[in-house]
Amino acid sequence: MHSIATFIAALSKYDFLQSALITSTMVGIMSGLIGSFIILRGMSLMGDAISHAVLPGVAVAYILGINILIGASVFGILAALIIGFVSTHSKLKNDTAIGVVFSAFYALGFILISLAGSATNLHHILFGNVLAVSNGDMITTVIVLCIAVLFVVIFYKELLISSFDPTFAQTYGLNTQLMHYSLMLVLTLVTVSALQTVGIILVVAMLITPAATAFMWTNRMSTMLTLAAGFGVLASTVGLYLSYTFNWASGPAIVIVAAGMFLISFLLAPKQGLLIKRREAKHA
Amino acid sequence: MLEIRNLSVGYSAAPIFTDLSVTFANGRITGIIGPNGAGKSTMIKGALGLIKTQRGTATFCGQALSKQRGNIAYVEQHNDLDLSFPINVFDFVLSGTYAQLGLFKSPGKREHQRALAALERVNLSAFRNRQIGGLSGGQLQRVFVARAIAQDADLVILDEPFVGIDMHSEQQIMTVLHEWRDAGKTVIVVHHDLNKVSAYFDDLVILNHGLMASGPVAATYTAANIERTFSSDLSALLFTKGGDQYA
Repeated sequence: MHSIATFIAALSKYDFLQSALITSTMVGIMSGLIGSFIILRGMSLMGDAISHAVLPGVAVAYILGINILIGASVFGILAALIIGFVSTHSKLKNDTAIGVVFSAFYALGFILISLAGSATNLHHILFGNVLAVSNGDMITTVIVLCIAVLFVVIFYKELLISSFDPTFAQTYGLNTQLMHYSLMLVLTLVTVSALQTVGIILVVAMLITPAATAFMWTNRMSTMLTLAAGFGVLASTVGLYLSYTFNWASGPAIVIVAAGMFLISFLLAPKQGLLIKRREAKHA
Repeated sequence: MLEIRNLSVGYSAAPIFTDLSVTFANGRITGIIGPNGAGKSTMIKGALGLIKTQRGTATFCGQALSKQRGNIAYVEQHNDLDLSFPINVFDFVLSGTYAQLGLFKSPGKREHQRALAALERVNLSAFRNRQIGGLSGGQLQRVFVARAIAQDADLVILDEPFVGIDMHSEQQIMTVLHEWRDAGKTVIVVHHDLNKVSAYFDDLVILNHGLMASGPVAATYTAANIERTFSSDLSALLFTKGGDQYA
């Protein structure tokens, strides 16, 4: 309790902590929204792949001194395109294509970063350092949040139907390929933002865990999106508090909180809670 | 009228069919029969542009199918559908109105009414808030038909709609098919149960890696055609027991 009071007092005192809280909240919202579509499309591995594949883009942006979003987007989309190309032009299964491409991108990223020569930066990129968020980073995050929210609001019905029933969407004339790559583009943008709070290695957890938790509580897409964003925010803010108080890296702190919420839901949620099922089985 | 011309699917070394040409009339229910792997679903998917074709065209009322996507309702076999997806019966049927809405527009009052009316037609209004995984096979198939109703398309294609469903649902779906026919729509049903061919269809297309026969049921559903396409055993079974009125 004492530490919570300390945290709140520190919040009002330190700008860096306020920036961290605002950024974490925004990242929680956007990753919950986009992550919901990622898990419903059975693309968790793809989410992991894209989040790793932006690493060379981050390095290139750093070397050239351009905006990190541009570098990351180029490499994120490039990775998605190559994965699509490899899996359609070979007899390999999709997950194999993903594994080959994203590890290659990740490796390239490491080499480029060591060429750029900044070890502290690499550590922050990998594990997140939300306490060092700059004003520029925050503005970038605001822009990405707007893009992610607008994307989901404007294309809600297209995202819904192309996730649920792609063949139907195709027969009525929806360009499902374009939907796929648009989602990948927004995913890379979200990845770059989430990179600040949880780091590249754990971005996938922010995408998947709050969305998976939300999935267990509802049977409606719109509710799932709201809940996923809510769980994302909760995990981010509680994780930030733990990170500040115990001096843990922000990424692992946030992800552990998200995993805790998942565990509780897994046991208690009405739709597939383990304990509820047990009880029903007993009464039946 | 749906007109498929010179459709070829599959590589030249292993073609599924080549140069297939066949037409489907307006205001008729046309059944497509043929042995497993004869290319029934493949022909439909090829015509709809869902799979790669080597050559051929598909036109509906003189215009390329690819140019009038909003006018096609296709109820495919949905074995690989994710039944745990967070969508309820109503929202599912509502997605039938998406085609006519186009991008950027959300379904409004009119679309909601259309979806409700469609659900009413298949007697599933009471299930509108149910998650789709909580339906029986027959109910789920009726929900698919309701979505096709909501689409209000002139060309309706159903792939094996009666597989694994109860009699009651089958009858209700047939009633809808009759209503569509009487409204002048082109109704096409890929079908495998030969027993009901005469009862269910007006026209028949028989496929086996190419067109075996097509035309009114009375002229095409014959012992000779069934023997040629399937086997003499099956033809004997179907045409000797109940009187060989078509043979």
